[in-house]
Amino acid sequence: MFDIVGKRFRFFLISGAVILISIISLLSFGLKMGIEFSSGSMITLRFEQEVEQADLKQELASLGYGNVIIQRTGEGNYIIRTERLTSEDRLKLEAALEAKFGKLTEAEFYSVSPMIAEETTRNAGIAVLAAAIGILFYVTWAFHRMPKPFHYGTCAIIALIHDVLVAVGVFSIISAILNWEVNLMFITGTLAVIGYSVNNTVVVFDRIRENLTLNVSTDFEIVVNNSLVETLGRSINTSLTTLFVVLALLLFVGVTIQNFAIVLIIGIIAGTFSSLFIAPTLLVVWERGEWGRFIGRRPLPEAKGE
Amino acid sequence: MTRKNILILILVLALFATSLWVLLPLESERFGREGIRLGLDLKGGIHMVYEADLSSIEPGKEAEAIDSAIAIIKKRVDILGVTEPVIQKQGENRILVELPGVSEAEKAKNLIGETALLEFRERIINEDGEEEWIPTTATIDGEEKVLNSSYFRENTRVGHDPYAGIVLFFEWNEEGSKLSEEITRRLLHKPLGIFLSGEHLLGADGQPIAPIVEAVITTSGIITGLTESEAIELSKLLNAGIIPIPLNPIYEQTISPILGANFIDLSARAGVIGIILVMLFMIIYYRLPGLLASLALIFYGCLVLALFKLIPVTLTLAGLGGFILSVGLAVDANVLIFERMKEEFRTGRTLGAAVEAGFERAWTAIRDSNITTFIACIILYWLGSAIVQSAPVTSFAATLFIGVAVSMFTAIVVTRTFLRLFVGTPLAPKISLFSIYSGRK
Repeated sequence: MFDIVGKRFRFFLISGAVILISIISLLSFGLKMGIEFSSGSMITLRFEQEVEQADLKQELASLGYGNVIIQRTGEGNYIIRTERLTSEDRLKLEAALEAKFGKLTEAEFYSVSPMIAEETTRNAGIAVLAAAIGILFYVTWAFHRMPKPFHYGTCAIIALIHDVLVAVGVFSIISAILNWEVNLMFITGTLAVIGYSVNNTVVVFDRIRENLTLNVSTDFEIVVNNSLVETLGRSINTSLTTLFVVLALLLFVGVTIQNFAIVLIIGIIAGTFSSLFIAPTLLVVWERGEWGRFIGRRPLPEAKGE
Repeated sequence: MTRKNILILILVLALFATSLWVLLPLESERFGREGIRLGLDLKGGIHMVYEADLSSIEPGKEAEAIDSAIAIIKKRVDILGVTEPVIQKQGENRILVELPGVSEAEKAKNLIGETALLEFRERIINEDGEEEWIPTTATIDGEEKVLNSSYFRENTRVGHDPYAGIVLFFEWNEEGSKLSEEITRRLLHKPLGIFLSGEHLLGADGQPIAPIVEAVITTSGIITGLTESEAIELSKLLNAGIIPIPLNPIYEQTISPILGANFIDLSARAGVIGIILVMLFMIIYYRLPGLLASLALIFYGCLVLALFKLIPVTLTLAGLGGFILSVGLAVDANVLIFERMKEEFRTGRTLGAAVEAGFERAWTAIRDSNITTFIACIILYWLGSAIVQSAPVTSFAATLFIGVAVSMFTAIVVTRTFLRLFVGTPLAPKISLFSIYSGRK
């Protein structure tokens, strides 16, 4: 039998390191806000002739659009993200590009004013917070018959914050390298990670709940470890099937959905890790009153034993 | 026991047949729903939000002004012949316009945003010695007024004249008649320029339209020189009325139908590949139960899509993503049950008892874990309805919610029925089919 709980501080160290990297990346690179949150315009152009990205960038710069972000989609279309364009500016820009590169069609145009962007940002923030609070209440309620339901709720939320931090942090590294912006798909993906993270944690907690009532052992640490090992197969298999479909989405649909898919992939990996190695082991830490050992390295107090 | 199972199997198969019938062919009409409803990003079209500038409106009459603007936009959209347009007031001073499937985006946007004011102007020589067209005015009851189409009766029409060709007839209202009489008397034998929303109206020959005033015009007049289609469109635009307030676009998204069709293609491919991968994994790892779960997954896909069509759920790219994600999650309930089954079997139960205990014991985990996904979906849906770019978010939330809900049903009812039926067959003793290594533990 694997001893997972016994190695808990090793897992905390791994998670701590990844979270630290995530926070450093978030603080130094940050997240570039897409037009939904910061206002601006996005045009998707389909050229009849093959156009090189470098040529397009140069032509745009010479037209006075030096600061734009250009992305090439899987089908060879170009997405150009600019400051907010008026109707005339856009038509002028398209006419100029058409004169240079030959016939083109505007596949998509998207423009958001600062007022709308501000509303969206505010609502997205509220939604993420509301989701976290709603889930804390739910998990506490779901385990209300257990001794100390608040412990379960809090540990689930710590795992959730862990997953979201890692997903958003690692995403910020990727987006800094690839010059991506954060859009609504990112928020959708983040909320999906929140749901997924707790989903996994609850399955493990459910097994702990069951094993505690079955009175398998009087030692909480052993009960938790057994429950973990028993749910290991399920956690890994479900994560794999979910990863398969998200990868298929990423590979086939591409640019439009990449924010969603990448956040979710990182979130699934982080969520599987935390539901197995963080949330339940934290329960043990709490039960045994080991919090002090994190920082002060106090001598280990006697295990309580219920 | 077996009879009950067979009854459930028949019901399940009937439900499967019904959902196939509802679903296929995709664009067929079932229970009053025509095809699966697609969002703008898949169908193409225009999504605009305008903010009305109400500064010139008397306090207390703002709502009235917005309502009349909406009524006029509705009439103008009719000119385009869009099916299922959405034109709605949002909040205090916003107007939402959604035109699915519109391909001539530029024309549609011009048509909606245009004030559609036809102005009559006279030619003068300005201080720099250049020719200039300025709005022509007359003083009625001591007030100087500009001559424009706001004095038209809303009954303009297009006809053929044996001499002039295509003509657009218009009638002045009472005040317009007085103005017109004054002005045409003053401008007799001089040109009168016609401008639409500040631009000189061009005729079929590409020349600006500026007829010479031949007689004093009082009650009605004609405009000549337009092509027939232009004249008909202009007539409809004039009859729709003038939007009383300036409208500024604060959000706009236009998507060409071609781009949308491409996304449907790509996500269908992603969905099929994803499902096949999941099935392969399940069959390789769980053998016979995996195969049964895969069959249940096919059933799941059809049932969910049929529900999307019936409810109806508007599918966007994000919604398709939610559906595909739910396929991955859908097998979760099966995985939970199968893992449980194996454990129960190893503790010495018979296969039949292990199947029952597996479903029984896995239920609380399935229920509690899925409720968290439901909470996330409900909050996403709520976020979606609070923001302008609602479609992708609400669509994702709805598809994931429905997907997870149905997956609980297929795992608990469908897979269980399949398994129970198998337990009674001669195949059951072949434990290897269940990928349970009975010697372990």
